[in-house]
Amino acid sequence: MKNSISHIKNSLRDKKISVEELYDEFLKKAKSSKTNSFNLLLDKENNILSIKESQKRYENGNPLPLDGIPLGIKDLFCTKGIRTTASSKILSNFIPNYESFVTQKLLDHGSIFIGKNNCDEFAMGSSNETSFFGPVKNPWKNKNIPTDDLVPGGSSGGSAAAVAEGTCVASMGTDTGGSIRQPASLCGIVGLKPTFGSCSRWGIVAFASSLDQAGPLTNSVEDAALILNSINKHDFNDTTSSNHLREDYATGINDKLDQKIKIGIPSDYLKDVSGDILSQIENTKKALVKHNIEFVDVEFKTTEYALSTYYILAPAEASSNLARYDGIRYGVREDGKSLDDIYLNSRTKGFGDEVTRRILIGAYVLSAGYYDAYYRQAQKVRRLIKDDFQRIFNDVDFILTPTTPNEAFKIGDKLDPISMYKNDIYTVPTSLAGLPGISIPSGLSSNGLPLGIQFIGNYFEEKKLLQIAALAEKELNFNEQ
Amino acid sequence: MSNNWEMVIGLEVHAQLNTSSKLFSSSPNQFGSEPNENVNFIDSGMPGMLPVINFACIEMAIKTGIALNFNINKYSVFERKNYFYPDLPQGYQISQFEFPILTEGFINIDNEGNQKKIRIERAHLEQDAGKSIHDIDPKFSFIDLNRVGTPLLEIVSYPDLSSAEEVVSYMSSLRQVLMYIDVCDGNMQEGSLRADVNLSVRKKGGELGTRCEIKNLNSFKFIRQAIEYEFKRQIDVIESGGKIEQNTMLFDTSTGETRAMRSKEFSHDYRYFPDPDLLPVNLTQDQIDKVKTSVGELPQAKLDKFIKDYNVDKDIAKIITTEKQNAILFEKMISETDVKPKFIAAWLVGDIFAFIKENNLELSSLNEKTKDITDLLKLVSEDVISNKAGKEILPKVLNGQGKPSDIVKELGLEQVSDSSELEKIIDETLIGEEENILKFQGGSDRVLGYFVGKCLKATKGKGNPKLINKILLERLKK
Repeated sequence: MKNSISHIKNSLRDKKISVEELYDEFLKKAKSSKTNSFNLLLDKENNILSIKESQKRYENGNPLPLDGIPLGIKDLFCTKGIRTTASSKILSNFIPNYESFVTQKLLDHGSIFIGKNNCDEFAMGSSNETSFFGPVKNPWKNKNIPTDDLVPGGSSGGSAAAVAEGTCVASMGTDTGGSIRQPASLCGIVGLKPTFGSCSRWGIVAFASSLDQAGPLTNSVEDAALILNSINKHDFNDTTSSNHLREDYATGINDKLDQKIKIGIPSDYLKDVSGDILSQIENTKKALVKHNIEFVDVEFKTTEYALSTYYILAPAEASSNLARYDGIRYGVREDGKSLDDIYLNSRTKGFGDEVTRRILIGAYVLSAGYYDAYYRQAQKVRRLIKDDFQRIFNDVDFILTPTTPNEAFKIGDKLDPISMYKNDIYTVPTSLAGLPGISIPSGLSSNGLPLGIQFIGNYFEEKKLLQIAALAEKELNFNEQ
Repeated sequence: MSNNWEMVIGLEVHAQLNTSSKLFSSSPNQFGSEPNENVNFIDSGMPGMLPVINFACIEMAIKTGIALNFNINKYSVFERKNYFYPDLPQGYQISQFEFPILTEGFINIDNEGNQKKIRIERAHLEQDAGKSIHDIDPKFSFIDLNRVGTPLLEIVSYPDLSSAEEVVSYMSSLRQVLMYIDVCDGNMQEGSLRADVNLSVRKKGGELGTRCEIKNLNSFKFIRQAIEYEFKRQIDVIESGGKIEQNTMLFDTSTGETRAMRSKEFSHDYRYFPDPDLLPVNLTQDQIDKVKTSVGELPQAKLDKFIKDYNVDKDIAKIITTEKQNAILFEKMISETDVKPKFIAAWLVGDIFAFIKENNLELSSLNEKTKDITDLLKLVSEDVISNKAGKEILPKVLNGQGKPSDIVKELGLEQVSDSSELEKIIDETLIGEEENILKFQGGSDRVLGYFVGKCLKATKGKGNPKLINKILLERLKK
């Protein structure tokens, strides 16, 4: 594939293009893009040293794994000396003096950041419409209503749109309830959320600490594996970072599966879905069945509780995680007559409506008198959801689901928060369980819009998960559709 | 009036752990640095920063647990206590709430000679907040974040205390133990140890009253004053027909009065919940056992040993065991000499402590001089020099001006213990004293003192008084 990491690395190695020319090409395209998928683009001068060093390594014949690859970075990762806003007004002037663990690993492996991707404010949203810097437009158009601007999904909407339109080779996103997989699906690209604890959260602006996980948005499953190789490392500075054994996820990704694979399809996920969505699952089954893969129906007992559980736990954690944005030490401060006024004004004016809504929900469910009924209860249900997945994984290797219940919708169409939250109905349970999930594009809707399917694997089985995803990617052949 | 009333007191003591770094960050944990010098990205609550538990704090909690007879919980959880204040950069304090590391301990205190057992409900680890300074500038407040994240162990007693004296005794016993096991420097002035006092009053033996909490008392004097003031205040309110409201009080050190800071009505809802950035603490028996070996001898055990094994008087033994370094110095001296411990103890709490105090020294400055000291005490105890000469030489020895035996020689202070020489002097002294000799033989003991004094004078103070006494008696009885 033309824009794949390995293809570009070959071109750089063969001197068909220089690292600098490559950067120029992507930057030029990004600058002329109308999708609003970057909050900030880095001019060549900002990266000239890295570009030159990268070029030298190619010339010396020892390039690093991601050498010279232009990446987009969700504006939730703190990047040293580069403004990091979480797409919020309250951080719109914030320049961190440190580099997040994950982006540092990407830099260490030679990649070059082209800019900071737009996203939902503090990663709260499923359409990228809550950003202080305005909505991101999906590069795809509804062929029946081509004048409509569509959402790219969210919260990593800018990261997904940028990869889809080719303004970066790959991008980094974060996924709390579907924020990588859902926009990947709506933009027709690959999005991987690794197992919770795989990639350090150190230096990522926190939304919901027990759910947040960094992951790549890419043009191919192999690219996702290559990036995972760089970012999936144990970090002593993140207590929740797992110290399991890491593998080489890219090597052998296209090898033939040597054992019989059983994939479960949750029948309860497919009640009430549209024909477009259902056919993604049917097509996948058809494409894979010849590879000695067995499909079985499975049924969750907890699906209907997942969204409510998520919308108690994530806001609860967020209400506390976002307390530090008070206008006192950094970020935008609004004046006031008293300390309380400064807090009130800074936070009222600094946060958008969705963020405010979730802080209020979170504060409520943690309040004295409500804690047991909401927060504690939700923690118990979360445990049941985990158990539910393990029960199913006793019998199957993977779970296959649609990534989203619908295709990309028009900007401004979903005004009601609940209908917006329902976009994450297939991705949220995985997040609550902490399991890895990958969305790959599987086909087009009747409106000519991309749709995705999600493979869910067991804890830390990313290697297997990427293999099955790569096989499905090859068989479904989305990019040639 | 207050004769009919009694006070019921529970204490929340905050002990700052003397680790080298903070509870959840690698910033130095030290007092007296320049403002905001010991602050890193975690302490200042920068976006994306994560806490990592400093296991040294867990070990100190375990140590405290062993020393104060606690149940050491193998499972404990750090939670977030949410509130806004400029010296709390994260917008929450990480503390333990539902699952503290220590529960159900106790300590025995000495209450006017009687032992009283004070039960301790729990002790948990938490981070301290920074300091807001409001009195430097009329327009601005200043924030010093050095203290942010400093490890604290909050020790919460049951309401088992019933007087200011008991509270002070409890607090000083706690302080003593924490210093013995080396988890807290005990420096109250610097805030390393401070107390919140929960006090209510009731008619003797009656129902419990409503309590008020007096915050942040950092000296025994203030604790005593605050309790006495608050006790009277509550009685006055009730006796004049009022009701005690559950308030948080501040103690004004300049007026000696307590006043309400906030009432329960305005109390915070802290919205505690388990910190999702931190995994629960799961301890193994192995980890606990390992700490056990480092606890060492506790003050009570040392006191018992000094009294029983070393035959030291109780009051003196108590003084020596007040602080660990005294006890260690004492034990070192005992190990270096065959002089009786009781004799050493008397000198230690007497002239040696006095010297330290007068010269504003640290006791630890004597660590290298213990052998010289015991050599000197040996000379005294074996009557080579007089007690008086010993006291004279001591400061020179403590100042490092030479070996005791050399100093004794140099100053010619060796006692005359040669009987024949003394006999000669005594015989000369008795010449012309027939009248007094008769008085003595007639039963007047007082005359003996007169003779001893005269003889000592004749030896220029160097005669061994015991020997003089003995020879005199032999001569006089003839």
